[in-house]
Amino acid sequence: MVEDTVIAGGGWIDDPAFGDEPPIERGRRFIGDRRAEFLLGALVLGVVFFLLAMLGFVLHEAWPSFAHNGIRWFGPGGSVDNQIQAIFTSGDVRGTPVYLFHAWPLLWSTILTTLGSVVIAFVCSLFVAVFIVEFAPEWLKRVLEPVIRLLASVPSVIYGLVGVLVLVPFIGNHLISEHDKASVTPVISLTGYGLLAAVLILTIMIAPIMIAVFSEGLRSVPRGWLEGSLALGINRWRTFWKIAVRTARPALIAGTVLATARAIGEAVMLGMVSGSVGFAPNPADGPIFFVEPSRGLAATVIANTDELSSPPMKQTLFAIAAVLLFSAVLLSLAGWAAKQPMKRYLNVGGAAA
Amino acid sequence: VSVSAPVIRSADSTASWRISDRIGLAFAWALGLLFCAVAAAIVTYLLVQGIKFVRPSLLVTHPTVSLTSNNTGGFLDPMLGTVLVALLAIIIAAPVGICVAVWLSEYGRPSALARVAESTIEMLAGSPSIVLALFGTLIFESPVLGFLSQKTPSGVVYGRSFFAAGAMLSLIALPLVVTTVREGLQAIPSHVREASYAVGKTKIATARRVLLPAARPSVVTGTMLGIGRVIGDTAIIVVLLGATMTLEGAGSTPLLRTLRGTGSTLTSYIFANAPTGDLNQPSKAYAAAFVLLMMVLALNAAVDVFSRRAKELRWS
Repeated sequence: MVEDTVIAGGGWIDDPAFGDEPPIERGRRFIGDRRAEFLLGALVLGVVFFLLAMLGFVLHEAWPSFAHNGIRWFGPGGSVDNQIQAIFTSGDVRGTPVYLFHAWPLLWSTILTTLGSVVIAFVCSLFVAVFIVEFAPEWLKRVLEPVIRLLASVPSVIYGLVGVLVLVPFIGNHLISEHDKASVTPVISLTGYGLLAAVLILTIMIAPIMIAVFSEGLRSVPRGWLEGSLALGINRWRTFWKIAVRTARPALIAGTVLATARAIGEAVMLGMVSGSVGFAPNPADGPIFFVEPSRGLAATVIANTDELSSPPMKQTLFAIAAVLLFSAVLLSLAGWAAKQPMKRYLNVGGAAA
Repeated sequence: VSVSAPVIRSADSTASWRISDRIGLAFAWALGLLFCAVAAAIVTYLLVQGIKFVRPSLLVTHPTVSLTSNNTGGFLDPMLGTVLVALLAIIIAAPVGICVAVWLSEYGRPSALARVAESTIEMLAGSPSIVLALFGTLIFESPVLGFLSQKTPSGVVYGRSFFAAGAMLSLIALPLVVTTVREGLQAIPSHVREASYAVGKTKIATARRVLLPAARPSVVTGTMLGIGRVIGDTAIIVVLLGATMTLEGAGSTPLLRTLRGTGSTLTSYIFANAPTGDLNQPSKAYAAAFVLLMMVLALNAAVDVFSRRAKELRWS
């Protein structure tokens, strides 16, 4: 080691970064190791800095909208579509910008579609993943795996197109009676664009993601654990349900977080299918509730991108983006926290986590 | 004394199971088969509609504005746009992603930076693309980056161009590249590294000459997954590519003028041609969706091939 220190001219042995590096053949390196580590580290630092700057810039740009509305930003009050219109036009005239914005209908729509589709997709995906990993015949397994991957990678705009051209007309023509349509005519029009179509298509969109992550987790459960249970005379279903599914809980959380993030951020498909009206579906309306139109936060941004030229409108849209970003961060934190008590399973069940 | 033969029950028989277990199993079968049916319905419906409406002429004609859908042309420009955007995004995302993955897997010091980098990349993977699109307008409308898009004589930067869209799309490909490459690198056992150090290679030379070549299937898989995400994204395209259906160049340098200009991709073409869009020609939208689906299928097949190759590489 003394010799090494002499060759390196001192210094490197104290540097923890070079503890496991052999000091010979310095001249033939295509790039110095120390410099390479520095450059790579700088690149990573740059990426991190850029992303944190994004967080900062979005919040900074969003601030006027939050500052003018306070906590009422998240509350109900007035027609949100009229407010958006007023905000947009106030940017054109050389007067004072208008910021009044109560986003509750948009928030409520995002909450409803996300919650509805995640709950349905979770239950279905769990059973489908169990089926695929344990109970499906061998040939079906081999067919289904690429199909799931394909469905997970179909662009959302294609799902939106199918929704608009197939599901929405079906709902509009067969599930909503003329009486229902007439009963709400002055307020909204029930044409099939609405909550039901949005939740169904969103479920189909996020279920493949969940199934893929769930089945990867279920597959990595050690075979011996299951065989131990089977050897005790416990039947296959109970064995799989009580041992494999419990062991794979970190993967279940990871898949749910991933799918929820996708659902919250989905703008294009929901903008096409959900009706694009700033209306808060009201559960008190009875069965009509399920077909009432609405528009989520992300869909509102994409519906109003032409209006970014108006400064107050831009700030309002950035406020919506900030809420979306904040909920994405919160979601991954929640997933991390939920996985903490299950740390001992992470090595077996959480390959996907 | 005769002993009656024991009743032999097949291990698979569910006759002795508790009723709740049998319901659970039936439920799994029902949902599994329902999933198969839904998947088959979606795929066949798209294929049938696509074959019904897709014409070879659509692939080679430019979209034009017309009142009847017979005269609105094809989607050559959107297809070129998709290819351009995917190339631009992956040219940025692949090198950066590989470097970040190498650093995270091989260096990772100081560990505080590694932890922060991991969670920021996770945050990026979870952040909606519409947020990235809005952030993109903020960046590319700044006067400093005016050379990447068009500028009005009065100095206002338009901020919508292939450069802008490609740069922002690289951010949604980045997490996929990083996680896939990193997993590939971590799957290489440490004795491979130690052997390389033992013959005198430095850490960076090991990463470049030994580890990355060994992890090549993962690198390719990550890149393909990234491209798949990029060509499927609509929000960033709608916001950052300008809403022209044809490629509208800006300036006079041949390639640069296209990249600085506006255009469309297959996704934004479908979005505009859906009944909810501005153009409303469902048959064209179906045809474009078919082409896009074929691209996604090809990418998926490539991912299959390379990820199988990655699994075949068994160390030990």
